[in-house]
Amino acid sequence: MTLYVVKRLLQFIPTIFCISLMMFVILNVLPGDATTMSGGMKRQLDAKTAENMKKQLGLDKPLHIRYLHYIKGLVKGDLGKSYLRSESVNDLIAQRLKPTIQVSLAALLIAVGFGIPLGFVSALKQGTWMDTLSMVGAVSGVSIPQFWLGLILMYVFSLLLGWLPPQGYGGGSLVNLIMPAFTLGVGYMALIARTTRAAVIEVLSEDYIRTARSKGLSEWIVNRRHVFGNTMILILTTVGLQFGSLVGQTVIIEKLFSWPGIGSLLVDSIFQRDIPVTQGCVLVIIGVFLIVNLVIDLMYVIIDPRIQYK
Amino acid sequence: MNKTILKIKNQPNLIIGGIITAVVIFMAIAAPLLAPYHPVDDADLMVSEEPPGSTYLMGTDEQGRDILSRVIYGSRISLSIGIVTQVMNTIIGIILGLSAGYFGKWWDDLVMGLTNIMLSIPSMIFALAIMALIGPGLINVFFALGITNWSYTCRITRSQVLFTRSLDYVKAAKALGYGDIRIMFTQILPNILGPILVIGTLGVASAILLEASLSFLGLGTQPPTPSWGGMLATARNQMFTAPWISIFPGLAIFITVLGLNLFGDGLRDILDPHSVGKIK
Repeated sequence: MTLYVVKRLLQFIPTIFCISLMMFVILNVLPGDATTMSGGMKRQLDAKTAENMKKQLGLDKPLHIRYLHYIKGLVKGDLGKSYLRSESVNDLIAQRLKPTIQVSLAALLIAVGFGIPLGFVSALKQGTWMDTLSMVGAVSGVSIPQFWLGLILMYVFSLLLGWLPPQGYGGGSLVNLIMPAFTLGVGYMALIARTTRAAVIEVLSEDYIRTARSKGLSEWIVNRRHVFGNTMILILTTVGLQFGSLVGQTVIIEKLFSWPGIGSLLVDSIFQRDIPVTQGCVLVIIGVFLIVNLVIDLMYVIIDPRIQYK
Repeated sequence: MNKTILKIKNQPNLIIGGIITAVVIFMAIAAPLLAPYHPVDDADLMVSEEPPGSTYLMGTDEQGRDILSRVIYGSRISLSIGIVTQVMNTIIGIILGLSAGYFGKWWDDLVMGLTNIMLSIPSMIFALAIMALIGPGLINVFFALGITNWSYTCRITRSQVLFTRSLDYVKAAKALGYGDIRIMFTQILPNILGPILVIGTLGVASAILLEASLSFLGLGTQPPTPSWGGMLATARNQMFTAPWISIFPGLAIFITVLGLNLFGDGLRDILDPHSVGKIK
């Protein structure tokens, strides 16, 4: 088990390495750096100031030296220094980490909390209007552009009803969290509901369910003891695989709701051509995604005793 | 044949999705005939932010352009991005998957390594990173999305190749002296078209959503090109004063993507109820 975890962690290295190399080369080869662009605007500096600035940022050295330097930092967990701000990339990301984690976890909670029961009800009441309704809801949830849904929610709940603040972090208070978390969670919830339904229907047709029923167990116990456990593994796979798209979507949701997380930092840094920050954000997001998938794989062992990692 | 028709009849998803998709495609092709105004040139500041009414069915935007016309023309951008990028992804996926499964060895390891890396990057983040690298614009969106979503196709193609490679008809083709490329494309590929078609349809839907998201962030299609995501990006500031500017383009994205998803789901149920369902 420990060996397996170590092996998996080692496999992260080539992934992170490839991505960092690709981004570093292309980002740095492209025209326009911190001396010519700032805050999304063209910047006119006289030759001397530009020269000094380049020296200060280490931009005067050849590309491969700069990459080696970058990788050296990366190994130590140092993501470099922002071109525009005085803080290091690590500090910038650290400040933004909490809001992003808050909103993604809240979204995950909403998605799992509503998606799984919805899928279950749908499967157990197969073919009824409840099933049709929740599945129409699920396919709509997958298809709806989230930023649009967010805009509509803002209009309804902030302008018409005045219940929730339209945007902002508000020190992380619950009223500020509700809308972004819900918007982010909807698509995910729909996917989980669909998977749950399919998984439950599949499990219900298994022989052991028939045996359990013929033993005279009540439907409630059959569902709780036999169906639930066996569907969890299928559901968990979807939860894990799709967590990445949730993380990707935070970028949009954060921008829409002016949420001060990593996603909005990433988008801002792209417009400002603050290369170290862009690189840092992408690497951190991918790193989180890799770790989440590892955790999910490890959870299989807990849920399903038949699975063992060597 | 009758069986197929019966199957299709039992698939409301396929029928509804197919109708929606057909309508959107028709809208894109016949845009100049359907749109009452020009989407870009007919700007009139005298009628800016008009609410929906009899002259402007969906109202006008901040520059006095007819939203209905822009939504109709927008279908061209969204559909062409969705279809072209998914075709690119499918081609990349098929070529890599076929060759990896067929030739095996180090090439297989390399391709699968790359596929796993792609799968470990959220597609939104990948597309965003590419757009950050090459800058905003329509052509760049085609490029970025065209190389974002091939990993599923690649994976399933490869696994199918591994399976079919040992089957008798492939061996027979080999014995007949067919070349590798010919075997790959004439013997193996036709047998995996079903799942690829399903992934492709769903891929068009997700590409349309991705483009809209990129444009919404300001990194995709640039104004004044009437793209649905781009329209939403500029409309955002008027959400509270003129909500119709946002509502209709968003609705257009929603309905189009819904149609494609329903169509893809229905197709999956007809073509292969088991194998594809497990992969996606």
